[in-house]
Amino acid sequence: MTPPAGFDFHRPADLAEALRLLAADPEAVPIAGGTDLMVALNYRRARPRALLDLTGVADLREWTDEGAAVRIGAGVTYARVAAELGGVLPGLAAAARTVGSPQIRNRATLAGNLATASPAGDGHPPLLATGATVTAASAAGERLMPIGDFFTGPKRSALRPGELITAVTVPKAAGPQQFLKVGTRNAMVIAVCSFALALDTGRRVLGTGIGSAGPVPLRAGEAEAVDLPWEAPDRFGEGLAVEFGRLVAAAARPIDDVRATADYRRHALAVCAARALRRAWAEAHPEGSVRCG
Amino acid sequence: MTDTAGGVGHSPIRPDARSKTDGTFDYASDLRLPGMLWGHTLRSPHPSAAVRSIDTTAALAMPGVAAVLTAADVPGANAYGLITADQPVLAADRVRYQGEPVALIAADTLDLARLAAEAVAVDYETLEPVTDPEAAVAAGEYFRYQPVRLGDPDAQAAAVVIAREYAVGMQDQAPLGPEAGLAEPAPDGGIRLHVATQWLHSDLEQLAPCLDLPPERIHLEMSGIGGAFGAREDLSVQAHMAMLALHCGRPVKMMYDRAESFLGHVHRHPARMRYEHGADEHGRLVYVKARIVLDGGAYASTTDAVVGNAASLAVGPYEVEHVSVDAWGARTNNPPCGAMRGFGGVQTCFAYESQMDALADALGLHPLELRRRNAVAQGSKLITGQTVDARDPRRDRPGGAPFSPLADLLDRLDALPAPAPAPTARPGGSGDTTRGEGVRRGTGYGVGLKNVCYSEGFDDHSTASVELRLEDGERVARVHTAAAEVGQGHWTLQAQIVRTELDVDRVELAPNDTRIGSAGSSSASRQSYMTGGAVRAAAVAVRALAAGRDLADGPVEATRVFRHRATKPMDPVTGQGDSHVQLALCVHRATVDVDVELGLVKVVELACVQDVGKAMNPLALEGQIHGGTAQGLGLALMEALLTDGGRVQNASFTDYLIPTALDMPPMRIELVENADPDAPYGLRGAGEPPTLSSTPAIVAAVRDATGLPLTRVPIRPEHLTTGRLP
Repeated sequence: MTPPAGFDFHRPADLAEALRLLAADPEAVPIAGGTDLMVALNYRRARPRALLDLTGVADLREWTDEGAAVRIGAGVTYARVAAELGGVLPGLAAAARTVGSPQIRNRATLAGNLATASPAGDGHPPLLATGATVTAASAAGERLMPIGDFFTGPKRSALRPGELITAVTVPKAAGPQQFLKVGTRNAMVIAVCSFALALDTGRRVLGTGIGSAGPVPLRAGEAEAVDLPWEAPDRFGEGLAVEFGRLVAAAARPIDDVRATADYRRHALAVCAARALRRAWAEAHPEGSVRCG
Repeated sequence: MTDTAGGVGHSPIRPDARSKTDGTFDYASDLRLPGMLWGHTLRSPHPSAAVRSIDTTAALAMPGVAAVLTAADVPGANAYGLITADQPVLAADRVRYQGEPVALIAADTLDLARLAAEAVAVDYETLEPVTDPEAAVAAGEYFRYQPVRLGDPDAQAAAVVIAREYAVGMQDQAPLGPEAGLAEPAPDGGIRLHVATQWLHSDLEQLAPCLDLPPERIHLEMSGIGGAFGAREDLSVQAHMAMLALHCGRPVKMMYDRAESFLGHVHRHPARMRYEHGADEHGRLVYVKARIVLDGGAYASTTDAVVGNAASLAVGPYEVEHVSVDAWGARTNNPPCGAMRGFGGVQTCFAYESQMDALADALGLHPLELRRRNAVAQGSKLITGQTVDARDPRRDRPGGAPFSPLADLLDRLDALPAPAPAPTARPGGSGDTTRGEGVRRGTGYGVGLKNVCYSEGFDDHSTASVELRLEDGERVARVHTAAAEVGQGHWTLQAQIVRTELDVDRVELAPNDTRIGSAGSSSASRQSYMTGGAVRAAAVAVRALAAGRDLADGPVEATRVFRHRATKPMDPVTGQGDSHVQLALCVHRATVDVDVELGLVKVVELACVQDVGKAMNPLALEGQIHGGTAQGLGLALMEALLTDGGRVQNASFTDYLIPTALDMPPMRIELVENADPDAPYGLRGAGEPPTLSSTPAIVAAVRDATGLPLTRVPIRPEHLTTGRLP
């Protein structure tokens, strides 16, 4: 489409220049893959006076192994998350594989998903389940935010004017991880609801993330506190999985919309959460007699 | 007729194959001319309102805005329509649906035109919209009522009675190419339009009175079409861009975005249907009663003909002597509905096939056996009294029962191997929602009966011109028609016919435009029959002219108009009459895996047997069957425009879902060639029938997997988990 008159387009070559430009023009809208923003532009839901194109910033384009965690630069695409990080971040990689179409995944970035802060963002539940950290930078310096503090409302985040997301740091998997996404077609669909689970078998901790079933992506705190039979894994039973599902559903705050009813979302979350826990427990205890399916 | 390479019966590569796959095909949205303006339509946000006033001052004052036009600027009659001219070019004092055009803007850029539209101040007095089609019918607000009366259904006793209500949602054609075109003012004061449309000459006939121009000063040229499925039968950008171009004296381009496309074309009629089937203890139908209410929305479009199809095809290809059908096309303030692949046959097919399954279930019969016992045969009467003319390819066999084309298709379908038990993909797809948990398999069948070509006495015809010349010693043919290549492969087919009839290798296709006579619409599965028939007639004439002549003396050319045999209107009281030209049958078997806990469905396989009369181009036919079947799958499982108080809730591909490659399964297809001696090469129209039968087959398979009655489409996950909800 033809841009409106007076439209500025900045393409900084490095992060320092990007932050300088943003400080000088805090209303400039950052663009990386553009898979959300270009839709908004085409539908005229957004009419930014200036765009800050981050695709020229090499520092943002890489992920680095930080030992216990992976630091994912803001420009890393979902296609790369899916292809390169499946071993260390299986939950996030599984979510990445459900994002849009291959073409979308080739452009869309995890950080862009965060910046849009849609309750339905596919990357959000695994970040919640694993306790990721968002790094934001401005001309004034860097700031770290626990993922749980990042989402403040539908399409609203704790990001401040003049700030850019520069990276997301995700702890490496310390046990089985699951991501299940319910949609009304078999691919290329916005989540009706989604659920991520991360089992840390060393620390014996269970993490959860709920997508598309509340004003923001949610954790299911009570469900995370279920009493798992770590000492006697064979005692994991159907009742526990069902109870876990019930607690996850109870943590959701869904609405009725064109994609599904709130009741269906709660029901589907209960089913998905029970399945996720059964699968994860079976994977963690392959010798056990846990029934899966 | 010769068996020429690339001729009839072969599958030559289509001329647009390469450009459509490498992205170089010129779609209407790619049109541009130096100095052109961009046009944009301001549409009503209200489903029902009085327009008190329109203030265009602020929009006109914006630099770069060339024109803002309203109803007062329509040069001629402010009304158009495919059958009845009841739809305003621009709303004058009243808007009747959300998205009704109210004003037009021309500006230097599309974005500026859109901004200017926001600056047009329209003072609306909103009114209570009529959104319940049943209430509209009760109040006498309908476009057509068509009954069918046969025998005395009320006096019959039946061993089994099934009475159920069914609902079909509002499906959209969702062509990937949005409505687009370009209008150029002509030096003679006329207009030249480049547009992606299904029927150039109908556009022209509707435009002339609106633009107050003699038809000979309007010239239409086909632009690249990105899918149609009925959505391009009604006018969209045509009159609007012509008005702007004539007003500004400059070329004007219009192109809808996805949201506007959903509001700017008609949809498939949503339906509410009450069916009662009575059968004897052997499963033979005794009577059928049906009450069918289709929602036509705010304007007539083709509702009249859609109601005719729904009524005449209301019981499907089954023999029954006592019938009572009442079909209405309601007038409401919902989005206007009109042509979509299947055209009135889709809605009733879902209902009657669901009824047949329920009867089979009640009688403990296999669904195919129940259908065999009721299948029409050579000499059977449809409920309109029309005789089924399905001449028996094995008619020499003495003493046999009359040939039943449907029983033949059902036997062949039954003989196709079932898909492997292990699924290649799971319900939920990439969402990884199941690895087998909660999954149950189901199988279901569907039968569809569709009329081919225009029915009910319409003077259906097509025109073709064929030229044969010598070029560097080689004989070269050139074909000219106005027929729309909507993706079905009609260009390829024209060339095949000419190759066969003239034994030439090289066939050129002249641009499709209004310099030649009408080809009719690329709809009703009719172009192979009608324009195929015209091209064949012209080619045969050229062959005769060229015989004994030296082409070095000059080219030979012939133009022919082709007509199918005449049909009759349906009797307004009894519905009786030979209203259809040709009938086409298609049968499907669907195999599904359903995650019964989440209500998610994966269609594992769709098997299809279709009587195509003659496989003119086997590859293109398979493409039509794949596409038609996929559209039926969409209606079964996901496709519905949702309205709330007349307002569309999901005018985007984010929330109006069409099947992807992961939803559409592999197909097993068997083509049957029971030639129709009245049709060119014996062919039967093939584009629509698969759209009818795939929907009920899939729903039947989901019923088989879940045990749920499932009386509405699309099926939503929550329909399958009802009772399981916390």
